[in-house]
Amino acid sequence: MYELMNNFINFRSIRRLSYLMIKKFQEYLKKKYTSGLSSILLKLTLIFAILFSIPEISYSQKKPALSWAADAEGNAPFIFKDPTNMNNIGFEVDIAKAIADELFMEALFVQNQWDGLIPGLQIMNYDVAINGIEITPERLSEVNFSTPYYITHVQLVVLKGSKIRCLSDLFGKDVGCLKNSYAERVLLDTAERGPTAIRVKSYEGEVNAFQDMLNGRLDAALVDAPIALYYASWNPEFQLAGEGIGEMSYGVAIRKSDTLLLRNINNALASIGSKGKLKDILMRWNLWNQSMRKYLNDYSESNIPPSEFKKYLKSQGKAKTFSERMQGYYDSLSLFGRAALTTIQISVTSMIIAIILGLVIALIRIYSPPPFSKMATAYIELIRGTPLLIQLYFIYYVLPTTGIKFTPFLAAVIGLGLNYAAYEAENYRAGLFSVPKGQMEAAISLGMKRRQALRFIIIPQALRLVIPPITNDFISLLKDSSLVSVITMVELTKVYMQLSLVDYDFLGNGIIVALVYLLLGLPFVKMAKYAERRFSVDKKRVVQ
Amino acid sequence: MYASQQDELINVKGLHKYFLGNHILKGIDFSANEGDLISIIGRSGCGKTTFLRCLNCLEILDSGTIHIAGITLSRHLNHHITEENNPSNNKKRRVLLPNLGMPKEERLDDDFRLKARAIRLKVGILFQNLNLFPHMTVLENISRPPMIVKGENRDQTVPRAIGLLEKVGLEKFMDRYPHQLSGGQAQRVAIARALAMSPQVMLYDEPTSSLDPELVQEVMEVMINLHKEGMTQIIVTHAMNFARKASNIVIYMEDGKIVEQGHPDEIFDNAKDQRTQQYLSIL
Repeated sequence: MYELMNNFINFRSIRRLSYLMIKKFQEYLKKKYTSGLSSILLKLTLIFAILFSIPEISYSQKKPALSWAADAEGNAPFIFKDPTNMNNIGFEVDIAKAIADELFMEALFVQNQWDGLIPGLQIMNYDVAINGIEITPERLSEVNFSTPYYITHVQLVVLKGSKIRCLSDLFGKDVGCLKNSYAERVLLDTAERGPTAIRVKSYEGEVNAFQDMLNGRLDAALVDAPIALYYASWNPEFQLAGEGIGEMSYGVAIRKSDTLLLRNINNALASIGSKGKLKDILMRWNLWNQSMRKYLNDYSESNIPPSEFKKYLKSQGKAKTFSERMQGYYDSLSLFGRAALTTIQISVTSMIIAIILGLVIALIRIYSPPPFSKMATAYIELIRGTPLLIQLYFIYYVLPTTGIKFTPFLAAVIGLGLNYAAYEAENYRAGLFSVPKGQMEAAISLGMKRRQALRFIIIPQALRLVIPPITNDFISLLKDSSLVSVITMVELTKVYMQLSLVDYDFLGNGIIVALVYLLLGLPFVKMAKYAERRFSVDKKRVVQ
Repeated sequence: MYASQQDELINVKGLHKYFLGNHILKGIDFSANEGDLISIIGRSGCGKTTFLRCLNCLEILDSGTIHIAGITLSRHLNHHITEENNPSNNKKRRVLLPNLGMPKEERLDDDFRLKARAIRLKVGILFQNLNLFPHMTVLENISRPPMIVKGENRDQTVPRAIGLLEKVGLEKFMDRYPHQLSGGQAQRVAIARALAMSPQVMLYDEPTSSLDPELVQEVMEVMINLHKEGMTQIIVTHAMNFARKASNIVIYMEDGKIVEQGHPDEIFDNAKDQRTQQYLSIL
């Protein structure tokens, strides 16, 4: 629920801004136009207004907020969705709350893609990042870390009956690990020293490595111990091979400039450590280990049961009945609905940008003198020729370093809008070229200026021709909008991944999310078909 | 002589035009009085269509003087060396850029451009393939351009458009779209569209060439009626019958020059120039 609320906070400010913009725009239109164009634009702004008028949830908090980021698409036991109510749970959620309580603050969760946790921290999207981030020298040059809140090791996981027992058994084998992780470095180091190579395969998530092991593509996987405990230890198809390897520490990532916060969090951690609160949490999640005993110098026996671990095992152990599954899907519908709204907001807004900007670029490219037309061409080639993902990263993570900072929603809309504008410009160009040159000649011979001829004669005819390709692009944009999850927007695909990772039900959730995408696209396809019929080019061919 | 010059609605002197380095119009001298109906005949490629388009400034003359409806345009370029007429240069550009139907006005100064536009307002043209606006009804085709160009409002232009449609006998068809018209009807709509701008001169580029013979008559009648009303008209045509019967002056062009001009009877029965005789004898 935290992340939803957080999204609402973002939307609230955008809504306020967009309301002001719409009002100004309408006043301007009233002054400038009295003809048909303005009515279309007014309708567009109306659509805008409706899109942004989602009911506001009042979210008041008395204590100051400590905003902490993690990727809820991550894994148990760090942070994951509770299968029964889809809330975010995990030992890091508990630790974040404990730290915040210690500081008399309110823990406020911020969803962020795991890869982007440190960049997001640097552009001040949240105060701290707590998500199994290992303390490494490379990361220490970027951000500060608190003292460790958990120390653990990596664990080799193999298929039942495998003969692999330790690292030296891995030579000549296919081994999976999480990309950019301690495990990956251990594997690469071992491989360097060994007689034959280890074929190291790096995955986006450890769970993918397990899946690939089941599929027969891997001989072993080296993963963080908590992951091994939560995903492999209880699974009859896997076994844990040998003892834990190495040692790694997770710390709270904090901006270099926030030295006061760093001190406060270190104090808080020391306090929850000495009070036994940290141990309590780790015991409940069945994560209390030898390293932590040594670290906290706490060798006392305690009888706190691993309640959370058991709850998790219970949800994993038994197969869901059909009706339980259906109930689960039904419960997740509101989550999907909310995400679908985000997807639609992003897609429609960026498509409006793309349609308007695209026309401008196409007109400049075709009808302007060389310096401008070349610039338009360069824009199109640059944008078309580079990946959207990189453009989004650039807008969201690089631009803030020059002082231009957008909210995730604005960054998403600007990124997608600018990208699709390039494609739409080419659609328009094709449309403009397919209007016979005699049309321009006729308009000029009647005394029209170029601008008038374009506006009243050429563009209206070209628009009719480009309705089908633009519809096509909109459907494509609807799906491309899933990329904006890398800049922390929680849209359909992100929700799908989060929900599916709870119980590995990629199929059921996949069918739902596919249907939602289909349903989102269909009204627009229908609208486009209507527009095509209404303005059919065929019906109004040029008389020869 | 001085007085008659003042009466002349059109006066062209030493008109030259080049295309991709080809010399198309090689010094045309031409004049027309108000109310003339002039037919221009000649072989394909002799430059008659280019001449017509120069009169309407759809092609910008390269050198010479055009005086038309009180506006004078003159230009003197040494074309052989100008970049725009370098054939290799232009060929390259033509491959890259499709013809957009816009006169190449980038190199002209504002004064020249304004004059060219003023001429277009006073000179109507009927294209060989008409170029009616396919996304507008017949009535809109006629009533919208004056609204766009002259800023007139609907209350003025619509009644005038209906009047023009009555004049060409098509008032029943005003709500149709161009593709729903026959060739002759479309032709008459295109004439009405040009007339809606209240031109002083009408130019026609082979108006009847694409029509079935039985439809030719209905278009010709429109032109003959306009002639009776005193409209100045210039027609590029292959229809000798029409040129002879309707026009009061016939011009024979060959190889970018006016070879001979005179009363139709004079040209058709008694051509002085050998080239004219030869052309007419082939027909």
